[in-house]
Amino acid sequence: MSFLKIHNLSVDYKMRKETVYAAKEVNIEVNKGEILGLVGESGSGKSTVGNAIIDLIDEPGKITNGSIMLGGIDLQTHTNNTVNYRGKKIGLIFQDPQTSLNPILTIGEQLIETIQTHLDLSKEQAKNKSISLLKEVGIKDAEKRFDNYPHQFSGGMRQRVVISLALCCEPELLIADEPTTALDVSIQSQILDLIKKLTRERNLAVILITHDMGVIAETSDRVAVMKNGNLIEIGATKKVLTDPKEIYTKSLVSSVPPTNKKISRFVIVEKENELNTKHNIKILNRWTKTEITDQNLVQVKNLSKSFEDNFFLENSKNSVMAVDNISFNIKEGEIFGLVGESGSGKSTIAKMIVNLFKPSSGEIFFDDICVTKIKKNKELMKFRRQIQMIFQDPYSSLNGRLKVKEIISEPIKLHNPKISKPDLDNYIFDLLESVELSQTSSDRYPHEFSGGQRQRISIARALATQPRLLICDEPTSALDVSIQAQILNLLKDLQEELNLTILFISHDLPVVRQMCNRIGVLKEGKLCEVSNTEELFLKPKDSYTKELLHLMPKIESIYK
Amino acid sequence: MFQSALVMLVVAFVSFSLFNFVGDPINNMVGEETSDEERAEIRESLGLMDPIHIQFSRFVINASNGEFGISYQLRRPVSELITERLPATIELVVVSALIALVFGTLLGVYTGIKRKGLLSDVILAVSLLGVSLPTFVIGILFIYLFAVILGILPSFGRGEVVDLGFWTTGFLTITGIKAIILPSVTLSLFQMTYIIRLVRAEMMEILQTDYIKFARARGISEQSIKYKHALKNGLIPVITIAGINIGTLIAFSIITETVFQWPGMGFLFIQAVQFVDIPIMSAYLVFIAFVFVMINFIVDILYYFIDPRIRVKGDTSSG
Repeated sequence: MSFLKIHNLSVDYKMRKETVYAAKEVNIEVNKGEILGLVGESGSGKSTVGNAIIDLIDEPGKITNGSIMLGGIDLQTHTNNTVNYRGKKIGLIFQDPQTSLNPILTIGEQLIETIQTHLDLSKEQAKNKSISLLKEVGIKDAEKRFDNYPHQFSGGMRQRVVISLALCCEPELLIADEPTTALDVSIQSQILDLIKKLTRERNLAVILITHDMGVIAETSDRVAVMKNGNLIEIGATKKVLTDPKEIYTKSLVSSVPPTNKKISRFVIVEKENELNTKHNIKILNRWTKTEITDQNLVQVKNLSKSFEDNFFLENSKNSVMAVDNISFNIKEGEIFGLVGESGSGKSTIAKMIVNLFKPSSGEIFFDDICVTKIKKNKELMKFRRQIQMIFQDPYSSLNGRLKVKEIISEPIKLHNPKISKPDLDNYIFDLLESVELSQTSSDRYPHEFSGGQRQRISIARALATQPRLLICDEPTSALDVSIQAQILNLLKDLQEELNLTILFISHDLPVVRQMCNRIGVLKEGKLCEVSNTEELFLKPKDSYTKELLHLMPKIESIYK
Repeated sequence: MFQSALVMLVVAFVSFSLFNFVGDPINNMVGEETSDEERAEIRESLGLMDPIHIQFSRFVINASNGEFGISYQLRRPVSELITERLPATIELVVVSALIALVFGTLLGVYTGIKRKGLLSDVILAVSLLGVSLPTFVIGILFIYLFAVILGILPSFGRGEVVDLGFWTTGFLTITGIKAIILPSVTLSLFQMTYIIRLVRAEMMEILQTDYIKFARARGISEQSIKYKHALKNGLIPVITIAGINIGTLIAFSIITETVFQWPGMGFLFIQAVQFVDIPIMSAYLVFIAFVFVMINFIVDILYYFIDPRIRVKGDTSSG
């Protein structure tokens, strides 16, 4: 019999008007020494299942049906069981290591408290146990770091601490809820290796909740696919990913950007928008297309930016070189990708190009005009309308108090104050239809839209000034894969039809491969390598690029 | 530090201006029959004919030595009057700050954890009443209830005080302790309400955070989660507010001291206002500003000890 057996589990959220089923008759079994991947898009109920096992469902959610058996004991019938099992039999790891540790207690205090809650050990014994645990999860100088506070650790190290906390009382079941989503690729692979190693050594049963198919392909033994609270498909990872039975699983797998080849478009099985009409870019009539020549649209020369930490006194030791002597060109009409891990300076470069940050040194030329030297406001405006930006988070980048039409009309009116009311309305409708939103959306507020639709609104707003350069800063990082595929298709279509030049910033290598003509790789503010996309992926020159390519989770690894 | 010095200078200038621009100081000093020559002579001897900036620098130097001149009304040096009255105000403020902090935190934690309880609703409703009613009304109600009807507490004054040479205290006599209860409670009510609501909001927010959820998932006891993990984090902003509040308490004490005839600085100030006793007024202004600045400074330093995130800034190791 399996170690963990979830039978017919249902979780309801009773709202004022309706009851939402977060999970509906879910049946899952996990054996010891096995990693079960639980995948699904946001709102699919995958975290709800994880939380239900440990009885930590947020109000007003409630388990309405089903049973959870752990090692032959029913957790439901003994209400106190789950509480006693927390930490002792079941360990839980959360997504964000930044927020899952108490900031004002040292990690030692947090470890000792947890150990002493469950095991009958003296403080000294608990300390020794903690230190050996910290060593086991790969923290160097564990004796010294024992007395450190969480903020003194980097993200990856913190996640190791979180894992050591989850494992300190030797639980037999580990639930990892998106354990690597907030981490960079290189650290992600370390953490996943650690989880794999611990599973093997300690004979753990592991549930790995994630939305990343690449992670699933590389780590899990079996996989369960969820959608809208229902379990769609469960089986061996290889079987499910290579030969999915259900349509939903097929569409999910097909919208994952492949890492090993370039495809022209993402295959989309289910569409977020119900508009089935052929995509029609209406703003084409208004657009004054720039002819694609072999000219450089953007030239960046020896660009540097340092941030000084001058809280007390200016101290050059504390200054951080966010961008360090970088030069590259973007040709008219191409999609140029900038990739790198967090803190590599990608967004800083984008902000300097749109003139939100002043460079510390170096020059930026846009259409042969030196942007960094523009002083007059009027000239700056002329330049600004030619560059627009799309941000990562579609929730915070739209003003929630304005209607969609007000959001889109703002840039139009700013750059063309004389536009007449009917003309403006038509223009807005055209823009909305170009991003595949209906005309009726214009009278609604941003919160009425989903993440993907909001990102479309952001794109419409960016297109409103008819820019030549579009800067996309992680435009799909906050979106589910199927939505990501739609947005990327849309961006590609628009780019081709409108002869746009795009600077595409991302940490996601497969996405960059599908989108870009040329790619620059950044590491700690320095540009390691710039080359054509296929060349970069097939014959990387720089050692860091090679490392990144090696570490990225590959969905294709399942075929091996 | 630079900011603090600037604030002090500006306040000093305002109080200095009081001397020069609110009426003629000489008129306030001399009788009606003084001749113009004599007035000019006094003016000269007091240095009032010097250019403004010299007068101002003299004022600043004197003020920093605690010299604010002589009270018009009481004919005694202002510094002497202030040191005489200071203990009364400080004792009142410290006691009410403690009441506000202790009870505010306790009630705040209670209402933050038991969000739906009847008692929580009652506490919140009463505390709202505490803010809505002006301090003097509450003070008078208290006097009526405890001094007039029940007759258990005195309605005015400090009771018997013990003189320790540099300090006079009411804590060493029973009448002194009795006397401080009503005014300090009155004064603390307003601040307590703030602290209740702040602690409540903080507790509610912190109990939703990931690290509390993670602590629960590790099986840490509810007791420890609430009082060790959550409360410690929740108290960090309370310190800032409490610091500013001590300043406000001193300012508010004017009203309370007047209602209870408390012989403190606020009471002195009100009397000074009635008699246009400018040296006392300006000294009071400078003093209050000084207290505010010092408290802010202390709070900043306290933060350093309480919040480890500030203590070891920039000392992150890579992984």
